[in-house]
Amino acid sequence: MSLLSIENLKTYFHTYRGLVKAVDGVSFNVDEKEIVGLVGESGCGKSVSMLSVLQLISSPPGEIVGGKVMFEGQDLLKYRSKSNMMNSIRGAKIAMIFQEPMTSLNPVLTIGRQLTESMEVHLKMTPQMARERAVELLRLVGIPDAKRRLDAYPHQFSGGMRQRMMIGIALSCNPKILIADEPTTAVDVTTQAQLLELMRDMVDRFNTALIIVTHNLGVVARYAERIYVMYSGRIVESGLADEIFLEPRHPYTIGLLKCVPQLGETRQERRLEPIKGLPPNLINMPPNCAFLPRCNYAIDRCNLEPWPSLKHVGGRHYVACFREILEKS
Amino acid sequence: MNRENSTNVVELLNLKMYFPITRGLLRRKVGEIKAVDDVSFTIKKNETLGLVGESGCGKTTTGWCILRLYKPTAGKIIFNGRDISSMKENQLRPFRSRMGAIFQDPYGSLNPRQTARTIVGMPIIIHGMKTKGYDDRVEELFKLVGLDPSMMTRVPHEFSGGQRQRLGIARALACQPELIICDEPVSALDVSIQAQIINLLEDLQEKLGLTYLFIAHDLSVVQHISNRVAVMYLGRIIEIANSKELYANPLHPYTKALLSAIPVPNPVIERKRTRIVLKGEVPSPADPPPGCPFHPRCNVAIDDCKTEKPQLKDVGNGHMVACFRV
Repeated sequence: MSLLSIENLKTYFHTYRGLVKAVDGVSFNVDEKEIVGLVGESGCGKSVSMLSVLQLISSPPGEIVGGKVMFEGQDLLKYRSKSNMMNSIRGAKIAMIFQEPMTSLNPVLTIGRQLTESMEVHLKMTPQMARERAVELLRLVGIPDAKRRLDAYPHQFSGGMRQRMMIGIALSCNPKILIADEPTTAVDVTTQAQLLELMRDMVDRFNTALIIVTHNLGVVARYAERIYVMYSGRIVESGLADEIFLEPRHPYTIGLLKCVPQLGETRQERRLEPIKGLPPNLINMPPNCAFLPRCNYAIDRCNLEPWPSLKHVGGRHYVACFREILEKS
Repeated sequence: MNRENSTNVVELLNLKMYFPITRGLLRRKVGEIKAVDDVSFTIKKNETLGLVGESGCGKTTTGWCILRLYKPTAGKIIFNGRDISSMKENQLRPFRSRMGAIFQDPYGSLNPRQTARTIVGMPIIIHGMKTKGYDDRVEELFKLVGLDPSMMTRVPHEFSGGQRQRLGIARALACQPELIICDEPVSALDVSIQAQIINLLEDLQEKLGLTYLFIAHDLSVVQHISNRVAVMYLGRIIEIANSKELYANPLHPYTKALLSAIPVPNPVIERKRTRIVLKGEVPSPADPPPGCPFHPRCNVAIDDCKTEKPQLKDVGNGHMVACFRV
């Protein structure tokens, strides 16, 4: 049985201009100790779906209108956002690392305070015990001179160091699942490599499952075992990393793989093939496949019928497309 | 001017750009940030030179020096055979129209209160090139970058990120420049839009015979678009080679680490790659380490590296590297 399973999750935003179906029927599951990648471009709903799991959607304008989030035999959506149940899950059993290490740490509290807080609340540790563990955690995430640095403030650290601390905070209560939402977009490539290696070592050590939410296809190819590809609020393709990258079947996935430059490939060798058009505006979307206006494989059926649901195509590979495309790369 | 020189659009000779660090009420100078420290390279006509490095390594400062938005501390900037490094504003004017710039942030680099038409046409007006054909020229620029001229009366917030970057490109092309400094032109865009902009830049180069300095931190994008790539670290160029060669045969330990840090979107290749994870972080340019700036993080450093600065040396085929261990 999977550790976390999201079924048909729908999160809508009520805006002045109309209804935005940011997440529209997403199903997703994560096994124990698994590393799962969730990829998609900005605005496709990947962050919103993860925030919905923890019920961190501000309401209004947001609303989780349907679906199930099954975790440890319970449907988390049956509990209110401010309930004791959700408070005992957030940060303790499911932890999250956010995109901006600059803004997700409190600038007026010391690192030590921010690290010990969740351990005191969730694990009922005494301040001394929590402090000792905090020193150990900082050492584990690679911050030198940990004991002294506990009394420092976030602005005294570099971006990479702050993200290391976020990893430390997230793992402080030994969560079952760690959700990393674009953990490395704000940092340089060599720092990105350091942080991702660290994250992988840490989840391995703590037996934690990891969900990496990113727009970077390379990152998921390097770290994820299984991948979900999202486009305008829905999962369009999912499968093992090899299935997605070597035998992509959804036109969007195929398009994404063709439009990124490969390392070491020059323009004389291959011209990039961009996906035509722009990502759709999510306000008042038609019921058809949202990728239709940009799709090179579209047939009449795509115009006539509502969005196709995910269909099993072998192995652990699922695709939401009427066409049966198989492109080997 | 001999014939060989005439093909160089830009030539940098020992360019240095230091920024003072001041302190106190009297703003005493207490130190210097060596943003660009002894950089030399040339860009030939119709060529794309890529400039890569991590944030704070001085790549943007180098670009701004060429545009003469900064007055360099020392060194020469030879643009079309003339040294522009210490020219005054009025002398620079004719050169300014020969250069264009595209910036990273498609939101911050366009005036939100101006219409698209004004934004694109402004360089023409500023350089006193407004003639009867002005309106036609603006329309032509819109078409050139793949924007519908009917959008001319819109203001920037009505455009998407990719379209705004197209506006930025149209503006850079307005005065028919020879050289365009592209400063991270695609890093703020989604991957599916990035490819559109990269292809547009490549097409324009062929059509108009442009020369690019392409500044970016994403090595796979830079390698794709550039003929030659220069790698910067802490204000210095540590390796420069043609793009294929740099990928196939990187010589500097930093270049090797940089290449291995970039994940490739193919799990099969990923499993075979060796990863070099650098220790520590980039030191502050206010207090760079003595000797080779990379030595504190280098895994092959020897004693010489701690005291002496390695200079760029040619290892054949125009491949230059600044490392004692090569």
